[in-house]
Amino acid sequence: MMRLPSYRYRAPKTVQDAAAWLAESPGDTMLLAGGTDLIPNMKRRQQAPSTLVGLRGVTELAQVDDRDGLEIGAGVTLSALVHHDRVHARYPGLWQAVGQIATPLLRNMGTIGGNICLDTRCTYYDQSFEWRQAINFCMKKDGDTCWVATSSDKCLAVSSTDAAPALIALGATVRLVSATGTRDVALTDLYANDGMHYLTRRADEILTAVTLPRAEGWRSTYWKLRRRGSFDFPVAAVAAAARFDGDRIVEARIVLGAVASRPLEVLAAAARLAGQTLTDDLMASVADDAYTLAKPMDNTDFELVWRKKTVRSLVTSALRELRGDDMRAARTKLARHPLLVIS
Amino acid sequence: MKLRLNFSVNGESAEALVDPDKTLLEVLREDLQLTGTKHGCELGECGACAVLLDDQPVLSCLVVSHECEGRSVVTVEGLTVDGRLHPLQECFADLGASQCGYCTPGILIAAKALLDREPNPSRDLIREALSGNLCRCTGYQQILDAVEASIVRLGEGGDQK
Amino acid sequence: MTRPRNVIGKPRRRVDGRAKVTGQTKFADDIMLPRMLHCKLLRSTVPHAKIVRINTSKAAAVDGVALVLTGESFPIPYGILPVSHDEHALCPDVVRFVGDPVAAVVARDEATADRAVRLIDVEYETLRTFASPADSLAYPEPRIHDYGDFGNVHKAVALQFGDVDAAIAGADHVFDDTFFFEGNTHLPIEQHATVATKDPDGKLVVYSSTQTPHYLHRALSKALAIPAAHIRVVATPNGGGFGGKSDPFNHEVVVAHAAMRLDRPVKIALTREEVFYCHRGRHPVLMRFRAGVTNDGRVTGLDLQTLLDGGAYGSYGVASTFYTGALQTVTYDIPTYRFRGCRVFTNKPPCGPKRGHGTPQSRFGQEVQLDKIAEKLVIDPADLRLNIVQPPDSLTANFLRVGTIGLADCIKKVVERSGWREKYRKLPLGRGVGLACSSYLSGAGLPINWNDLPHSGVQLKLDRSGGVTVFCGATEIGQGSDDVLVGIVAEVLGIEPFDVRAVTGDTDLTPVDLGSYSSRVTLMMGNAAIQAAERARELIADGVSAKLDIPKSRLVFADRRVFDSEDPDKGTSFREAVCMAEAKFGTIGTTGSYTPPKSPAKFKGGGVGPSPTYSYTACVVEVDVDPETGWVTVPRVWIAHDIGCSLNPVLVRGQVEGGVYMGLGEALMEEQVFRRLPAKLSHALVHKFPSILEYKSPTFLDMPEVFTDLIEHPDPVGPFGAKEVGQGPLLPIMPAVANAVYDAVGVRIDSIPVTPEKILRALEAKAAGKAPRSGPGAFPEIPWPETLHVTPPWAGGDGRADNDPKRPTHRKVDAGIEAKAAGMTKEARS
Ligand SMILES: Cc1cc2nc3c(=O)[nH]c(=O)nc-3n(C[C@H](O)[C@H](O)[C@H](O)COP(=O)(O)OP(=O)(O)OC[C@H]3O[C@@H](n4cnc5c(N)ncnc54)[C@H](O)[C@@H]3O)c2cc1C
Ligand code: SF4
Ligand code: FES
Ligand code: FES
Repeated sequence: MMRLPSYRYRAPKTVQDAAAWLAESPGDTMLLAGGTDLIPNMKRRQQAPSTLVGLRGVTELAQVDDRDGLEIGAGVTLSALVHHDRVHARYPGLWQAVGQIATPLLRNMGTIGGNICLDTRCTYYDQSFEWRQAINFCMKKDGDTCWVATSSDKCLAVSSTDAAPALIALGATVRLVSATGTRDVALTDLYANDGMHYLTRRADEILTAVTLPRAEGWRSTYWKLRRRGSFDFPVAAVAAAARFDGDRIVEARIVLGAVASRPLEVLAAAARLAGQTLTDDLMASVADDAYTLAKPMDNTDFELVWRKKTVRSLVTSALRELRGDDMRAARTKLARHPLLVIS
Repeated sequence: MKLRLNFSVNGESAEALVDPDKTLLEVLREDLQLTGTKHGCELGECGACAVLLDDQPVLSCLVVSHECEGRSVVTVEGLTVDGRLHPLQECFADLGASQCGYCTPGILIAAKALLDREPNPSRDLIREALSGNLCRCTGYQQILDAVEASIVRLGEGGDQK
Repeated sequence: MTRPRNVIGKPRRRVDGRAKVTGQTKFADDIMLPRMLHCKLLRSTVPHAKIVRINTSKAAAVDGVALVLTGESFPIPYGILPVSHDEHALCPDVVRFVGDPVAAVVARDEATADRAVRLIDVEYETLRTFASPADSLAYPEPRIHDYGDFGNVHKAVALQFGDVDAAIAGADHVFDDTFFFEGNTHLPIEQHATVATKDPDGKLVVYSSTQTPHYLHRALSKALAIPAAHIRVVATPNGGGFGGKSDPFNHEVVVAHAAMRLDRPVKIALTREEVFYCHRGRHPVLMRFRAGVTNDGRVTGLDLQTLLDGGAYGSYGVASTFYTGALQTVTYDIPTYRFRGCRVFTNKPPCGPKRGHGTPQSRFGQEVQLDKIAEKLVIDPADLRLNIVQPPDSLTANFLRVGTIGLADCIKKVVERSGWREKYRKLPLGRGVGLACSSYLSGAGLPINWNDLPHSGVQLKLDRSGGVTVFCGATEIGQGSDDVLVGIVAEVLGIEPFDVRAVTGDTDLTPVDLGSYSSRVTLMMGNAAIQAAERARELIADGVSAKLDIPKSRLVFADRRVFDSEDPDKGTSFREAVCMAEAKFGTIGTTGSYTPPKSPAKFKGGGVGPSPTYSYTACVVEVDVDPETGWVTVPRVWIAHDIGCSLNPVLVRGQVEGGVYMGLGEALMEEQVFRRLPAKLSHALVHKFPSILEYKSPTFLDMPEVFTDLIEHPDPVGPFGAKEVGQGPLLPIMPAVANAVYDAVGVRIDSIPVTPEKILRALEAKAAGKAPRSGPGAFPEIPWPETLHVTPPWAGGDGRADNDPKRPTHRKVDAGIEAKAAGMTKEARS
């Protein structure tokens, strides 16, 4: 069996305590939420915190407030979100994204906070210690070369969170709390396009909640590409959201997942959509922009050239769905998942 | 230093003195000798280690032992009540849903959680609910048939009581 | 005494069903013994190197460590085939792949062993990395092994049956195609585990998740230099095997040694990554099919070349090599045939037998080529095949004796059930159907260690309780061998399966059965079980007949009774009946055994392929392909399998659907592939993703609907007429998927797996006016050895090679074979 290394475990009841304990040695203390990312990483010795601060008992993190917009505590499980009526009704893009994360069992454990902070992934990195020893390690952990691009001076590991692109498309902000204060940042600003330093969160900060504005007038969607109908991380994804006035788009956001070290906003194309109706030509031009922006590397499942090409098709599908085309059959085929039922 | 754990396992209170680095999977199998719960990866990638934790199906290979204090765990051994098999178990055995049987405990747990919550799921819903469990032997069809058959049995009052 | 059957043929709960659904089946890792220690292996982190130094002192000093071992303790090599004993439990001097075991730690618990094993320091002197067959053919030095045919070629063979060049030259059409089949692995959900202990007498006991306790028994005896009689191997139920637990493994030898040395039980349970290193899975195979074909679609001759990437050790490789060429002729009538196969060593985990052993790769090539032939000749692929199905009761060009053949019925069945005639070439762009067939052995005709001993033995113990215990060395790996055994005994003795207790896979308690491989168990163990049970029935009948004064011939065994067929009330309970026999004869025990018939193939290499009988399968796969991305989904599969007789239909259906499942995995996504880091910077060659997440096995959501039909014409050599079902149904799936993709979007994917990337590449090539195909280029030049020429039976051959130096000068022709060959070929070969 794969075994965990030794660690010290602490269980705060409040965010305050958690923040205080985290501040004691932010370098080698890590927060443990559902553990579905961190525990495998620890077993593979990719991450080796000496102390874990378990957030399970911090009840204030497990709340959902849907009175105005949506405020989701970082500790809310992915399953709870999928089963939340308002998420389904008002934020379908988020619902689709979260409903396609991992597996039902993992969604019962994994939290939204953990998903947002999910470590970047790479097939040279998500390996046991011995495997990584066999390639003499890589820049992200214990080594100095990036094997994905040996001339690269930064790590190109992939942002693999499904929820983040959907949340960014819906205009999310997150709250970060530390022993010294609290700050709110737009979720998009939480990320940096760097596989090693992929979060702008400071090591002593706790992400306590993610907030979405009201969704009146918005339509949203999420298209995920992965090999199988379950388990697999995205190899390319697109979240799209738009506020409509009749047929006409008022504002839109398009965010790509899993094709860079951060969720990638397709800003210029989204701006072009304002004031327009979604014609096939317009959608094709947006898809072109997305295609150009996407920089998949050879460190996930599937060939990178093909992944890049599929971005066009994913973006087009997403926009067509926003337009109101019936995309159910296409979605079921791509997702290998009925998506009408989620447990 | 060992960790003293007090929790409920299959309806009985259990106390165990365990290596604090262990996961729930290791505690169940090695400290409580409940070897019905299996493992195929210990990384959350196969579903063989599924157990009910406070009635939710989770992967015991990813649950640290510290977080089990005071909680309730149900394993495959706990599906049998008063010596009678759960209808799911009966149907799995009768209809070929278990070949080598290695994935079976985890799948039974996931199926039980589904039926507890949704007594009359569609075949698509069953598929989705079990999609966190891999089986290399059956091709899944006989498992789906068995879950459906057990729904009928449960509906006929054929539960264990 | 024919009467309706009570057990055989009835769908019923398997005998071990209750244990499995209650979590009570004891797999190897579920065994916990008092004072048990735990073992971890240190595996090589370099692909090819000399071991210069190993420093174990830090590991040995860790509190709780009982023993640290290195290759010094294991001087004796072993291996599954007698011709390739090339493995050591721990590498003594050279490591040959990343994952090759170098040292071991035995400690108080696994966590301690894990911690300590990381403290072992190994100094390596790197050698050239051989990452592909091209490397191994290009560089004969350094040799990965100091044995093998030449350089880094492990085995190269060339066989010819009839004048294939003339047959191809004289054909109306010649088809010349290359194909590639990527390697893949078994991925049983249970990771291998072993517990070894010294029993109170001082003998060695090994419990292991092995499919072949008999071969493990032999290997342990050799590697540890302990007489086999002082070793007991118990095969625990396997949590899936599929061929991956058929070799003797390093970890088994290591813990056996450690347990003997420490006089304490020692367990090892591998991680998933280590299971990928054990491998012995599907060989990557490059192949070239050159076929001569007549205008009406008959094959005049086939010239097949295969190149296998064997990985770092021999394993079953020599057999695998021959298997890539063995079964073509068993399926279709191919009057002249040349087969040349070459297996090279590379620095990767060793390949070996996976479900279908060596045959799926060339089955893929053959079935796709037939689809191309049908296309070119404008013949429906189903009709083309129906026209060339090998005739029953015949001898193939390569001297395989074929008995019953239900292939035509299988084809007709899937054609009808799938609506083939309405779909083939008629569905809209993006949707398609493909058809393919296959055949497989019901047990290898020859044992691994050539001898005249039975392949399967069964013992029966009956006593006055009325209970029956059946003993057999067969191993339950999920396929249901215990159920087959018990079902047969219960049927013959007229009792319920629940009355029978099975003791299996235990070299101390059970007679030898060679193991759960080559789909041999049902047929061989089944026949042995029938013999043992019928002998017991004889004894009981004698006892009852004498006591109750009923003529023996009128006695019926049914409903747990033995009674007079003419006066059913006159009789006795089974229990009483056993007592009567015991009173008459003393303690009742019987045995049965099975030895397959001798093969007429007498040429070198003829030992691979013969079987008492062959199963046949046909399938139709429907696909849906997105022409924009190449994304492919499989909504439906229809499959018909020639099973002979279905002993327990619940299990048979499970095997068929499980085979379809694994076939779809291979067809669409599974790959055991490797990364070679840039040679300028590194020697590294690593498994690309030794995890169950990145090695893609289809989930509940990826599995289509499967419509299964069984063709049941009892085969005279099978138990109750049964043939195999464990492997055959997997084989046609991969080519059927590729053929369906062609029907859907008009591109040929000549390499497995059929991925969206390949489809899109082929679609792009097509759009650019290039060959609408994705597949390998040319087959390389290989220095083949001198071809063995064997005259086919229809031309009067006697099964020996004409140029066999050991051939008796006076050719003694087996009259029977000659006559049969003449009979079967007269019209066909005109
Ligand atoms: C087999 C498998 C498949 C998966 N597939 C997918 C997939 O398809 N899509 C996907 O998006 N994910 C996938 N995941 C990853 C994971 O399950 C989810 O991302 C999950 O949401 C992570 O949440 P968690 O609570 O388990 O995180 P944890 O593992 O507890 O934490 C993850 C990281 O976030 C940090 N963290 C957690 N909470 C906070 C907080 N409040 N503030 C600051 N930092 C915090 C942790 O320190 C850690 O670094 C998969 C995982 C597995 C094992
Ligand atoms: S992208 Fe490069 S540096 Fe980053 S994890 Fe992968 S190999 Fe390592
Ligand atoms: S052991 Fe595989 S998911 Fe837990
Ligand atoms: S029955 Fe063997 S893995 Fe499911």
